[in-house]
Amino acid sequence: MSEVSYRELTVQGLWKNNPGLVQILGMCPMMAISNTVVNAMGLALATILTMVISNGLASAIRHWVRPEVRLPVFVMVVASVVTVIELLMNAYLNTLYHVLGIFLPLIVTNCIVIARVEGFAARNRVLPSLYDGLMMGLGFGLVLVSLGVIREILGFGTLLANAQQLFGSVAAHWTLHILPEQAHFLLAILPPGAFMALAVLIALKQGFEQRRAARISQKQLSLASPAIAGVQ
Amino acid sequence: MKFPTQTAPLPEAQNSVRRVMLIVLLALMPGTLVAIALLGWGVLINIMLAIAAGLLAEALMLKIRARSVRPAIYDGSVVVLAWIFALCLPNLGPWWLPVFGAIFAVVVAKQLYGGLGFNLFNPAMVGYVVLLISFPEPMTRWGPAIDVGGGALNFMQSLAWSFNGVLPSGVGYDGLSVATPLDHVREQLTAGAPIHNATLSLFNSGHLLQAWNLWLGLAFLAGGLLMLWRGVIRWHIPVAVITGVLVMSGFLWLLDSAKHASPLFHLLTGATIFGAFFVATDPVTASTTPRGRLIFGFGIGVLTVLIRSFGSYPDGVAFAVLLMNLSVPLIDYYTQPKVFGHKQGKLQPNGAGEGGK
Repeated sequence: MSEVSYRELTVQGLWKNNPGLVQILGMCPMMAISNTVVNAMGLALATILTMVISNGLASAIRHWVRPEVRLPVFVMVVASVVTVIELLMNAYLNTLYHVLGIFLPLIVTNCIVIARVEGFAARNRVLPSLYDGLMMGLGFGLVLVSLGVIREILGFGTLLANAQQLFGSVAAHWTLHILPEQAHFLLAILPPGAFMALAVLIALKQGFEQRRAARISQKQLSLASPAIAGVQ
Repeated sequence: MKFPTQTAPLPEAQNSVRRVMLIVLLALMPGTLVAIALLGWGVLINIMLAIAAGLLAEALMLKIRARSVRPAIYDGSVVVLAWIFALCLPNLGPWWLPVFGAIFAVVVAKQLYGGLGFNLFNPAMVGYVVLLISFPEPMTRWGPAIDVGGGALNFMQSLAWSFNGVLPSGVGYDGLSVATPLDHVREQLTAGAPIHNATLSLFNSGHLLQAWNLWLGLAFLAGGLLMLWRGVIRWHIPVAVITGVLVMSGFLWLLDSAKHASPLFHLLTGATIFGAFFVATDPVTASTTPRGRLIFGFGIGVLTVLIRSFGSYPDGVAFAVLLMNLSVPLIDYYTQPKVFGHKQGKLQPNGAGEGGK
């Protein structure tokens, strides 16, 4: 592709083509790890890092990889990046590493990573690829963290519990208690709660888009024929 | 509006939604009255709260969906839904249990699917199951109304307990609440007691809920027979559910009568009869073909006993109904009755084989 607009990449990643709300990719970690904000943030950071680095690497080597073998090569690149991140988290964020468990190495199989590598980085220059990885990763992470906020408040009645796992010992007292113990809605932290919360987020986005589209077409109508708009 | 038939012999539909729902409400009366008599005013409070919350949620959702509110409220379907749902709730629970459950049932299980006639799952059971897995502790607050050392609550005292958690002085919560028979047997079995002792100890320990379950079951049976007589439900589902319960529990009982309760126990405790007549027969979420109804009901009966015997919850009717709701499209697809004048065609991938001769 010749010209890539960074503005367009931002809009695509964060909103129009959001991995969580529009492409609905990477559902497995999204459902499993979004039960608290801190877990969601941890996985989101790991995913963003993976996407940026593997997009960059794949874009850098794209001229030397024959199209016939590109997929295995790209998967290998992603797998190496994930392994590095996994080992780093094991060393520096050990408790969080144990909480995230199998879902950390499973980032390799997260469809959104390979989708961006194959769909974007394989045909674009390095800098736009890095930026695309960042924006898509952010889009994914934002949905993950929103789910985490909703589910943690409803299910545990807290916000930012166990923040020290991610931010160090300064964050040990960041926990906010929002709901009393009796009102904890356990369904929210169980798998069905994840599906329902994601469905609500998707519905909200679609509703918002529909309203905006209706407003815009209304405006165009009134611009095109002021007489009709006046009658209305 | 009713159009009288002008010429001969045109069949006329007798059952409007409103009429059906009124008959169901009438059929619920004996069971409800027995429940109030045996379990106290908490039952009535639950029903009223659930109906109020359900109607409010229905009206609000219809407003949001830009549908006309009046006919949907007046057809009585929400009242029946909320009533059946409230009868499942513990009589000593807090006020927000019926309110939250009814709102969830109406908003998520009914209106989000498109309203009456479109929902996939039985809304009353969805509301109950959501409460059961979300708020396990308040959902165990069962207790008799008759004085068992703690004292019985009158209507105002029940209200105070439901809303503020305040009991009259001298009455302890532990004196009020007891384990249900299914809970009791499960505890005894987990503790290693043989089933014979476990069920016997129900009667010996003055475990009054055991005898009451029988009365409740009979009252609901009367209501069910009324619905059968008025043609609101057909016999297939209740008969199949009860058969399923008896067959499965009989099988387990014969296999190892030391570990499994008798078929009679399974039939008379928990929600077996209530579920067979009032829950499984929901016309929207049950199977619609005669053979399909038999399969659907039998599946509910078998699953109920399996969940009771091997699952982690004492009763399994609600889960069984939801699981079988899920398989209704499949059951309906494979049990299409043959059209008059057609041979029974075998289902083939390309749609051929529908012989017309």
